[in-house]
Amino acid sequence: MTDKTDSKDIDIARLREHQPRFQGITSGHRACLGCGEALAARLVTEAAGPDVAIANATGCLEIFTTPWPESSWRVPWMHSLFENTGAIAAGMEAAFKMQGKSTKVLAFAGDGGTFDIGFQALSGMIERGHNVLYVCFDNEAYMNTGIQRSSSTPHAAMTTTSPPGKARMGKRHLKKDIISIVAAHHIPYAATASVAYPSDIRKKVRRAMDIEGPTFLVIHSPCPLGWGHEADISIEVARLAVQTGLMPVIELERGEVTGVMPVREPRPVLDYLRPQGRFRHLFADNPKAREELEHIQALADHNIEVYNLRGEIADRMDSEGADTVRRGGMRWA
Amino acid sequence: MRQALEGSQAIAQTVALCRPQVIAAYPITPQTHIVENIAKLVADDKFECDFVSVESEFSAASVVLGAAAAGSRTYTASASQGILLMSEVLYNIAGLRIPVVMTCANRALSAPLSIWNDQQDSMAVRDAGWIQLYCADNQEAVDTTIQAYRIAERTELPVMVCMDGFTLTHTLEPIDIPEQAQVDEFLPPYTFSRALDSRNPITVGTLVSPDYYPEARHAHHQALLNAQDEIIRAHEDWSAISGRSCCGLLRTEGDADAKIGILTLGSVFGTLYEARAAHPELGPVRLIKLRAFRPFPVAAIQEACAGLTDLVVLERALSPGGGGIVGNEMRAALAELPDAPRVHSYAVGLGGRDVPLDIYARALAAVDAPTPERFAVLDAELEKLPAADR
Amino acid sequence: MIEVRIHGRGGQGNVVAAYLLATAAIDEGQFGQAFPAFGAERRGAPVVAFVRVADRALHRRDQVQHPAFLIIQDQALLHVPGVTDGLLPDGKILVNASVPAASLNGGLAANMITVPATAMAKEFLGRPVPNTALLAAFLALTELLPIEALLKALRERFKGDILERNTRLVYHAADQVTKGLWREVSHAASA
Repeated sequence: MTDKTDSKDIDIARLREHQPRFQGITSGHRACLGCGEALAARLVTEAAGPDVAIANATGCLEIFTTPWPESSWRVPWMHSLFENTGAIAAGMEAAFKMQGKSTKVLAFAGDGGTFDIGFQALSGMIERGHNVLYVCFDNEAYMNTGIQRSSSTPHAAMTTTSPPGKARMGKRHLKKDIISIVAAHHIPYAATASVAYPSDIRKKVRRAMDIEGPTFLVIHSPCPLGWGHEADISIEVARLAVQTGLMPVIELERGEVTGVMPVREPRPVLDYLRPQGRFRHLFADNPKAREELEHIQALADHNIEVYNLRGEIADRMDSEGADTVRRGGMRWA
Repeated sequence: MRQALEGSQAIAQTVALCRPQVIAAYPITPQTHIVENIAKLVADDKFECDFVSVESEFSAASVVLGAAAAGSRTYTASASQGILLMSEVLYNIAGLRIPVVMTCANRALSAPLSIWNDQQDSMAVRDAGWIQLYCADNQEAVDTTIQAYRIAERTELPVMVCMDGFTLTHTLEPIDIPEQAQVDEFLPPYTFSRALDSRNPITVGTLVSPDYYPEARHAHHQALLNAQDEIIRAHEDWSAISGRSCCGLLRTEGDADAKIGILTLGSVFGTLYEARAAHPELGPVRLIKLRAFRPFPVAAIQEACAGLTDLVVLERALSPGGGGIVGNEMRAALAELPDAPRVHSYAVGLGGRDVPLDIYARALAAVDAPTPERFAVLDAELEKLPAADR
Repeated sequence: MIEVRIHGRGGQGNVVAAYLLATAAIDEGQFGQAFPAFGAERRGAPVVAFVRVADRALHRRDQVQHPAFLIIQDQALLHVPGVTDGLLPDGKILVNASVPAASLNGGLAANMITVPATAMAKEFLGRPVPNTALLAAFLALTELLPIEALLKALRERFKGDILERNTRLVYHAADQVTKGLWREVSHAASA
């Protein structure tokens, strides 16, 4: 290089668009070790590309990415409140549409912001048909406030507001079936995914990006702190949720199931529950605990049956094959 | 052009002249006629905008917030419970310094349920960080709506235009609707310095630690105080274009040498105005109409109250357990004057109670009390209550 | 300033009647103000609307307590407490009824005129909406505004066949009463 390039001559916007692998969220944020949500958010923004704007609900993702005056976001990003993400995204989309811009609006929220407090705004946004991809990072409790129960918390899981005790075995109620509820709005595309399967996430995000209309993606994202597992097994735990049938990875178009990730030889739910402290009370030697374990196994079996998850033959894209590499006789996931 | 219009119809036409790109609203009495008229204008292709008919006031405020942050001029309207439901968003809009304009069709709050006019709704969100302008008649509401966009966009503060529900929104009277060219001359196309744009990404709405929060709040407070100049200028500039004048921060009417003043907000002013003209025998009285309640224009108030021995504050709201909201703020604003007038603080016209012409005489009679009333509901008929509640 | 109070039932076009009257005044270059005393009532419940007409700007926002004229869209409302309250001593009452005033209320009969407005509306419009016929009769009796002002106000709200029918109804209703019979009252009130 003969002379220094004047930084004013660099068209940042063009450079960003030509990056081979665009990252909407950069490293250096303050997420915990092994955070499933941080990884999932990175995967989504990579696949969505630079011409997006994000409406983000209150929650961990908002907190760990934007301690003022720092920000991890390399795309326009706005946080307003906890329960209005669907509506903020709708407003952004309406504005871009009126301005003749092609910028796709993404809405990011956790399970609390989606299943519970932001549910009405989400329902309104998809009912009105806004061109928004709404992504729910589902870690199954209010992690930002210290692990309190949400309507996404699985049955029998321990949280600080659903503690097990003499009279209780953790959360008494079932996990809300959000994907069915959202799909019942008959939107063009709704899907579930798991952070254990990045290529599946990318595929689904790209699919949603190509749809002019409301789309919805739930990404099952472990929280080592809230789930009580080691930070280095987040991906393994997430994969077990799929492999046991507890987290069906499915796609729905206009309310009809059009795709599932087959589960090859479903694993017993015990394999998924055992590494997680939030289910520790289920392994105590008492009849209630045994009953709950049976109950959870029945829930997994039910999912497998309802969504016809059991794969007949080994499939490159099933729960064992997806996102794995075989080299020299070894299988790397 | 001077037309016979219902207040709501006039506001809808005025909003269209201001060319917002995104409008979001949820129906609530007595705001409904405004948004119905807007929806019809859009349906008839009279102006181009995305009218987002949302599922709650909470989302109405959120949609306009998202749209304004993305760089579009916006509008919403609500009242009463709707204002309360959107209150969290109202604070957020103001704190993010997003220029949004909305109409509050002032209505009482529940419980007890009342669909009728008072100003408890906008008063309940007086600390949200919005500019609040109160209108005495429909012409003023029309002119204030246009000015509100200019004020909001220059100060990067949201503006709530408060007009009495039913009393103004459902009253048909002669109203001058300006020409499109006049509004265009006054209101340049909206450009927002901090708009969300994928070619120049910014982060909005971050977590702010104790290291910076007090400074952010101070800046917000200072911005509201500074907005007084912009409110005055917007009024002057629009007066020059429209040929009409209401007032900037406040309006005084009547005798400069009067010792007694009556201050109010909104449409009660018109009733006092006619009562004063009809009753010269009640002596010289200075009427003050507070147009800007936020920012609270202390200097202008002190000037308007100079020379008064007694000031009666009539407001359509109260702070239960506290008393008169405006009344108490007036006491604080006037306390530093050397000969501060005695402030008599009253609520009137709560929950749609008619405010008749004789409220003028009753307010003046209250001045004769040996000690000024700390606070009372002037037109409450206490005999209707069990003794324990009086 | 002339103050009018219009009593009707939800669904009878009470507010529209008030708006039409004020619109006619404003279109004539006068000042007019019309507003409802809105209730949460549904169709059929008693409702009230107020009109002021003046030759100077109107600022007051209080309800009309002492009207010079009452327009009653449903004769049964005469028996509702409060309906005739506050009427000025020389005030007049126009009632939608198909029987003479004396048979409705002997005491008020001297200041009351009845017009079968519902029947007229049925005949001309095919719908039992009495407001236009009552307004036409009211303007003919008081000569407060020319009948043409009412027609102009109607043109702002209706068009085509409905406007045509309303126009014929206005002329017909105006012909059923003695023109200028209440002119003195309207002059006195506006003085």
